[in-house]
Amino acid sequence: MARITLSDLKHSYFPNPQTPEDYALKDIDLSWRDGGAYALLGPSGCGKSTLLNIISGLLVPSEGRILFDETDVTDLPPDQRNIAQVFQFPVIYDTMTVRQNLEFPLKNRGVDAKRRAERVSEIADMLEVTDMLDVRASNLSPDNKQKISMGRGLVRDDVNVVMFDEPLTVIDPHLKWKLRSKLKELHQRVKVTMIYVTHDQTEALTFADQVVVMQEGEIVQIGSPVELFERPEHTFVGHFIGSPGMNILPCEARGGDRAAFEGHEVTLEGPLKGQGGQTTLGVRPEFVSLSQSGIPAQVVKVADIGRHFVINAQVGNSVVKAITGGEAPAQGATVHLSFQPDQTRIYRDGRIATERRIA
Amino acid sequence: MKTEYQKAWFFVLPVLILVAFNALMPIMTVVNYSVQETFGDNLFFWQGLDWFEQILRSDRFQAALGRQFLFTAIILAIEVPLGVVIALSMPRKGIWVPVCLVLMALPMLIPWNVVGAMWNIFTLPSIGLLGYFMNDVLGVNYDMTQSPFAAWATVIVMDVWHWTSLVVLLAYAGLVSIPDAYYQAAKIDGASPWSVFRYIQLPKMKTVLTIAILLRFMDSFNIYTEPFVLTGGGPGNSTTLLSIDLVKIALGQFDLGPAAAMSLIYFAITLLVSWLFYTLMTKDDQS
Repeated sequence: MARITLSDLKHSYFPNPQTPEDYALKDIDLSWRDGGAYALLGPSGCGKSTLLNIISGLLVPSEGRILFDETDVTDLPPDQRNIAQVFQFPVIYDTMTVRQNLEFPLKNRGVDAKRRAERVSEIADMLEVTDMLDVRASNLSPDNKQKISMGRGLVRDDVNVVMFDEPLTVIDPHLKWKLRSKLKELHQRVKVTMIYVTHDQTEALTFADQVVVMQEGEIVQIGSPVELFERPEHTFVGHFIGSPGMNILPCEARGGDRAAFEGHEVTLEGPLKGQGGQTTLGVRPEFVSLSQSGIPAQVVKVADIGRHFVINAQVGNSVVKAITGGEAPAQGATVHLSFQPDQTRIYRDGRIATERRIA
Repeated sequence: MKTEYQKAWFFVLPVLILVAFNALMPIMTVVNYSVQETFGDNLFFWQGLDWFEQILRSDRFQAALGRQFLFTAIILAIEVPLGVVIALSMPRKGIWVPVCLVLMALPMLIPWNVVGAMWNIFTLPSIGLLGYFMNDVLGVNYDMTQSPFAAWATVIVMDVWHWTSLVVLLAYAGLVSIPDAYYQAAKIDGASPWSVFRYIQLPKMKTVLTIAILLRFMDSFNIYTEPFVLTGGGPGNSTTLLSIDLVKIALGQFDLGPAAAMSLIYFAITLLVSWLFYTLMTKDDQS
């Protein structure tokens, strides 16, 4: 068990990186609390798997250090870091039984037979695979295979961190949900640090206490699922998390906590900081409401998403998405939109530029 | 009520004709010869199973069969492990991959009788590089035409040279299909290089190795051209393998009856061993 610190981490797959584009990871500075449940969320190619492989030791970073507590492990191979990793496709040893699979990491570390048997039955119990211990692992279904590869990580009691690299990719949708809650339950039982890499926001938000959102090799925001949803610090986070994502609209600053959107004045969560740059207005569809007065708009599309309607409304040259629970207006109808002020912010060059309103 | 679509048989007809001409009819001709005695002029006398009995009881056949099994066992014992070791040590990516693959494929591209002729000249004590080196540099008495041991060694080395590549290429294909995650997981689990081989690489190569062993068994059990060109079956009968003996009986002595019976026995053995081997190797997969 250890706190994991990544300091000034950079990584490039090229031998002589020149421009920032050559780097898969650009200056990562991050600390993972011991026992936390983290998610690394980002689109494909954002560097999250690279980061994971650096923590596990499968990759050595071009620059920077990795510390487990106070120990520098940057140059240690994976087997000396006491980490476990679950891969996208279940990795199991086909010719072994489930029991032999679970025992394998312990055997390699010279743990005696009695202790091995104890740990295996404990973990098998936790994963609910006790009845298949003597089945050949190649005969299991994908979700059970993935459980076994998880088990091989958990079976060691000295494990510092368990890392999951999009572990539910090959699992059937109805089992995904089950396995995800199993994971959450496991985390509460074993209290080991877990890092979960995914590009699926639902998986990240349901699993993690803290979500690290990455884009193009950089961390754009770290926060709890609620924070990421309610106050995205970057337009990317606003857009990437939420369904549909945040409205990112053109705007002009009007001084103080006022801004103009397509010529209509809107109130912001707080005063605007700083100068220059490209400013955009961000407001989540959940906080755009249809009202009697407000910004006039024309409904261009109404989508029924079950309990809500998503309404696309045209204002000038922009389309604003709004979520409404009530009755949906007809397509082509004229509506009035209002933005909830404490959820309306300005982003300068993508980063948040309004001060939080003090209640 | 009959619901079968009888016209379907017509669609199978072309294949039936093809198989009849290229397999059934030639084999039936052999069967025909194997149970009769012929004196030419289309004169046939019924012999029953006499030829089969005669062949199976003959010391000559038994000796040739023994040599054949010994030869096949030796080359399998060398080529399969060697092929796997070479495949394991080949690069997995980079510009050396195509270079290695082409170098490996080269021996297999050479016509069989050319291989025999090449090795014949190569080993001649008078002008061959190997023959000269062994006799005059190392001082070892090496002459294929004199020593049965030298003849056997040369036939085996030639086959290893010619066919190990097949095992290498098949094993290599199995190896490159293993996803990186397996090696990464093994690293994390603290597996030794032997464990990686035993529990990851070997199981993943099992299917292709089964095919490789099967192909090498059939080819080596039926081998003719290369040893015939190299040693002609000699010295004495020491390297007279089954097919060489068969040709001697059929075309040398023109004993068509016994030769036909021997062909059928030969065919049955090849088929039986291949079937046994394949059934045993794939038994695990079905359970």
